[in-house]
Amino acid sequence: MYTYNEFDHAFVRDRTEEFRDQVARRIAGELTEDEFKPLRLMNGLYLQLHAYMLRVAIPYGTLSAVQMRQLGYIARRWDRNWGHFTTRQNIQYNWTKLDDVPDILDALADVEMHAIQTSGNCIRNVTADQFAGVAADEIEDSRVWAEIMRQWSTLHPEFTFLPRKFKIAITGSENDRAAVKLHDIGLRMRRNDAGEVGFEVIVGGGQGRTPIVGETIREFLPKQHLLSYLEAILRTYNLLGRRDNLYKARIKILVAAVGIEKFAEMVEEEWLDIKDSALTLDAAKISEIERHFAPPTYEDIAEPVAPYDAARFTDPAFATWTRTNLFPHKQPGYTIVTVSLKPAGGVPGDATAEQMEALADLVEKYSLGELRIAHEQNVVLPYVRKQDLHKLWQALGEHGLADANIGLITDIISCPGLDYCNLANARAIPIAQRLSRHFADPALQSEIGPITLNISGCINACGHHHVGNIGILGVDKKGVEHYQITIGGIADENAAIGKILGPSFPAEGVVDAIDTLIGTFRKIRAEGETFIDTVSRVGINPFKETLYANH
Amino acid sequence: MKVTTKVMTANRLGDGAVVYLADDNNWVLALDDAEVADGDDAAAALEARAAASAARQEVVSTYLFAVSVSDTGIAPVSQREIIRAAGPTVGTDLPATTPLV
Repeated sequence: MYTYNEFDHAFVRDRTEEFRDQVARRIAGELTEDEFKPLRLMNGLYLQLHAYMLRVAIPYGTLSAVQMRQLGYIARRWDRNWGHFTTRQNIQYNWTKLDDVPDILDALADVEMHAIQTSGNCIRNVTADQFAGVAADEIEDSRVWAEIMRQWSTLHPEFTFLPRKFKIAITGSENDRAAVKLHDIGLRMRRNDAGEVGFEVIVGGGQGRTPIVGETIREFLPKQHLLSYLEAILRTYNLLGRRDNLYKARIKILVAAVGIEKFAEMVEEEWLDIKDSALTLDAAKISEIERHFAPPTYEDIAEPVAPYDAARFTDPAFATWTRTNLFPHKQPGYTIVTVSLKPAGGVPGDATAEQMEALADLVEKYSLGELRIAHEQNVVLPYVRKQDLHKLWQALGEHGLADANIGLITDIISCPGLDYCNLANARAIPIAQRLSRHFADPALQSEIGPITLNISGCINACGHHHVGNIGILGVDKKGVEHYQITIGGIADENAAIGKILGPSFPAEGVVDAIDTLIGTFRKIRAEGETFIDTVSRVGINPFKETLYANH
Repeated sequence: MKVTTKVMTANRLGDGAVVYLADDNNWVLALDDAEVADGDDAAAALEARAAASAARQEVVSTYLFAVSVSDTGIAPVSQREIIRAAGPTVGTDLPATTPLV
């Protein structure tokens, strides 16, 4: 993991002290809300429906046991004993008090964390594949580059007041688990014909009210030019992006307006001027960061691992969990574990202080003290020895963390919706809760197979509804919550935007509607087909017809 | 039952809590204790008092919203204000959830 140097420590402490002073001046009446609002947003502090919400960055989703324990401590001491993990690898505290926030930021700084650039029209927390560094299908560990981008983008003077917020995601695998085509800039690590590793650069993707799948502007960018090329993209956007219309200010609108070829030309032209500037990453700088992400010293463990196989044979519930929640590790004898934060009837992404502390204890014991947060709102343990899995699973079960549903229909992504968010038009969490209860039967989930079901409470799409195999969007219809349903969305390397099936449903009709779609799928699926396979083969009409048969 | 009446709301500066403007310029937590404006003049008066309070840095984000008044009390018209008044309908912090209606 990356550990702060003296500069990092001093920088975060200075920022916290600066904000402490700003909060004191606000409470004393020396700053008006208009003056204070941009300052609090620069520190990740929002005013939501019921209280102040603090959004804390978890850079590229990686954190230590010590950091996770501190997140639990903050939840208990300054919030209502829980936190909410988001689709951008952040954690949000929903019930903070204004004058407590500087103390919370201090507590975060104690463990090398902060809330800087989790809001505002700047480059936000860079997100990455939650399996980076350990996935068997990986070309290279993308966290090295995410960290380099974090350092470059933090308080970058030229990009602190962009036309709109700016999101970058990176994956080091052919199989995209970071939804890179749905970000302002997406980076895929690739090998060229000479076997060198570099980046495919994708621009102009995003969700929100204008969902667009990003397009490639460079098939292969050598590593040393990463920052100069990003700078060229950001500079082009910063100069030409619209500032007169909030809804047309994202880079995807600029790219769509000028065309991808023209945009690529402008970036290349800008890049030529700065390609060999001080932004060039020399080998020493890269190695310095790589050193922080050096693989641990693994034990030599022969496969198969007998105790693991025996436990699977004798404990069917454990066997079920191993089928859904594990992912292949690059090191023999080890596996990657995804811990579900989606219990039946639960709130997707929520974890109590006790759960966060339990996870910290368990990773210290079983996963070299490191965790990841997935954009699907789950927690990942990246270094688990297979012989420890049964004990780990039992311990997770004691804390309500052993649900065997990763990648299945109850692994729902959901934004906070109208229950917490000032922007929402409808609730999202209660719909997720109802659906996860409805489909709770493990046998039914297994029979349905891999599927993504995403829910957003407004068009801003924090719940990624556009790219759910089934997407649910909350809308306000004459003051009443309604829900529009899409199918066919995909968030991986084959990214696609889902298609709207028809008129929206009132809240009480959503579970039946999704049940009808699943019933239709089970009736018409070909052998071995997933839900998205079937939609790709037959289109949306068979689903539309059954869904609206009685309307 | 009338649906044209309005109540002034805001978030309290220190903790962001949802509050309502009541008599004597007090901000109260219970919607039933709020002052109800019936008609444009009364609503404008509430706005003026709320603006003065915001200028004193007591509250932020002041605005009027529609309520209905009956024998059982004051009820918001919109779902958003129902949730603001009653709290979230979900969450691990809550012993029970309110019905989804």
